[in-house]
Amino acid sequence: MRKIKEFISKALLYFLLILIGFVFLYPIFYMISYSFMDTEDLVNPFVKWIPTKLYLENYKSALNVLNYKTSLISSIYVALIPSLLQIIFCSVTGYGLARFDFKGKKIILFLIIATFIIPSQVTMIPQFLMYKDLNLIGSLYSFILPAIFSQGLRSSIFILIFYQFFKMFPKSLEEAAKIDGANYLTIFLRIAVPSALPAYLVSFIFSFVWYWNESTLSALYFGNKIKTLTLGLQNFTATYQNIYSSSITQTGKSINEAINMAGTLLTILPLLIFYFVFQRWFVESVDRTGITGE
Amino acid sequence: MKLKNKNALMGIIFVSGWIIGFLVFTLVPIIRTIWFSFNNVKFTANGIKETYVGLLNYKNAFLLDPVFTDYIIEYISQMLIFIPIIVTFSLIAAIMLNKKIKGKGFFRTIFFLPVIITSGPVMQKLIEQNATALPGVYKYFSMEYLAKNFGIFGNLFGMVLNSFIMILWFSGVQILIFIAGLQKLDKSVYEAASIDGASKWQMFWKLTLPALMPVISINVVYTLVTLSNFALNHIVQKISNDMYDITKGIGYATALAIIYFIIILILLSVFLLITKNKDGEKYAKN
Repeated sequence: MRKIKEFISKALLYFLLILIGFVFLYPIFYMISYSFMDTEDLVNPFVKWIPTKLYLENYKSALNVLNYKTSLISSIYVALIPSLLQIIFCSVTGYGLARFDFKGKKIILFLIIATFIIPSQVTMIPQFLMYKDLNLIGSLYSFILPAIFSQGLRSSIFILIFYQFFKMFPKSLEEAAKIDGANYLTIFLRIAVPSALPAYLVSFIFSFVWYWNESTLSALYFGNKIKTLTLGLQNFTATYQNIYSSSITQTGKSINEAINMAGTLLTILPLLIFYFVFQRWFVESVDRTGITGE
Repeated sequence: MKLKNKNALMGIIFVSGWIIGFLVFTLVPIIRTIWFSFNNVKFTANGIKETYVGLLNYKNAFLLDPVFTDYIIEYISQMLIFIPIIVTFSLIAAIMLNKKIKGKGFFRTIFFLPVIITSGPVMQKLIEQNATALPGVYKYFSMEYLAKNFGIFGNLFGMVLNSFIMILWFSGVQILIFIAGLQKLDKSVYEAASIDGASKWQMFWKLTLPALMPVISINVVYTLVTLSNFALNHIVQKISNDMYDITKGIGYATALAIIYFIIILILLSVFLLITKNKDGEKYAKN
């Protein structure tokens, strides 16, 4: 009797997990399925999930509209450089807070948490004016400068990750090095940084993804100068009409669901690949960094 | 004493980058935002020109703006509904994923996938194309029917159905945080409870939930901040747009930002008060 009960509860558990998993993946299946449909399939009520033929025209248009190669390179560049700088400097801040005692440390920790709560809308307009005065609008410096000073996208989280990590890490090695006469910078670079590699990798992948997906600040600070994939998708419909407006009447090629979905899929494709490479690190991030620590 | 001073000095050197950054990129901008919000700000050939107007921008936001008050009401009701849904869902998902099951890693990978792809433009496209509504929901519920018969609640219910998947998509990080919290629970307490004849249900309410309260607070804050900064949020979009609007301008946009920030703070304190209260009860009972 007890075995039957256990079996039923297990079966129910798997059923629920699979059901939720399906709900989670539904938009992605939807995207893939629709992106291969031609106009006939779209209006045909009998074609629900599987397109009648392998139709690639949507992808051709979407690649063209997104200006894929250039945008992809911009996206990588916009995500990579600020996120690398951000984690390097956040780790310096986190180390300083974890290893040294000084007046006002508690206030700083409080302010770090407080900055996490402040919406970027409160600071972005004066920041925009400042970059404008410095002639930095349309350049990547508008992302690089805050990152260097630990004020980038969600920097607070990364500072806290490093703070937590260095606090948990035993001090003995560093103290031994200090007795041997090593200075603080050497200790940090030679002992603390190598020990924190998991925290660096987890912080890097999150920072990379958040910078990649940013659209409000990048639209404001980059203007029309830097066009990332995310911004390209934001203006997808308008760009499409610009490129194909003359030919709509001749070929009947107006924008439709299928082209939209192809564009969306192309935008997230690099991130999907990135996710499957680093999947383990994403999913185990909380365990590896101990961010929820006491 | 000397060593202590040196130690303190090194600490300040390590943190100095953050201190400068905080002053330049956070504190001064906040002060300027507050100042701008009491002014009419105009671009001229000689830079920006400010004229003090007092509370006019704030007054206009509530009295003249045709959409802002609606956006605020919409935002507050979204937070009041979405945050409990997301936090509850991620707790349930974490409990399921914490059980001894095969394919744990596989399910975790799927549940976490949305975290990397939920950018504003991607969600915008998915919502536009109806890819985020629960499959089949449209057959059973008509949004117009709901709106007509149940007023604002019907609207909200429709909103939940309409973007159901999107709401769940915001739960990835929270699930991980809950799993980490669950793994830290003291197993011996559960053994003792089960010897005393407590059912699983009782154990959840009396042991798991109170012990997880701090983690719940963390997740509430994380969810609130993520949703409030999300690019599809109407208020976020409006602040960016109004900045360039000639009739409204920077002064007006900054006033909206300040109001928005105050609302976020109020919501945050309400939620933290609720989660903190339950924590207090736990100690009272012990």
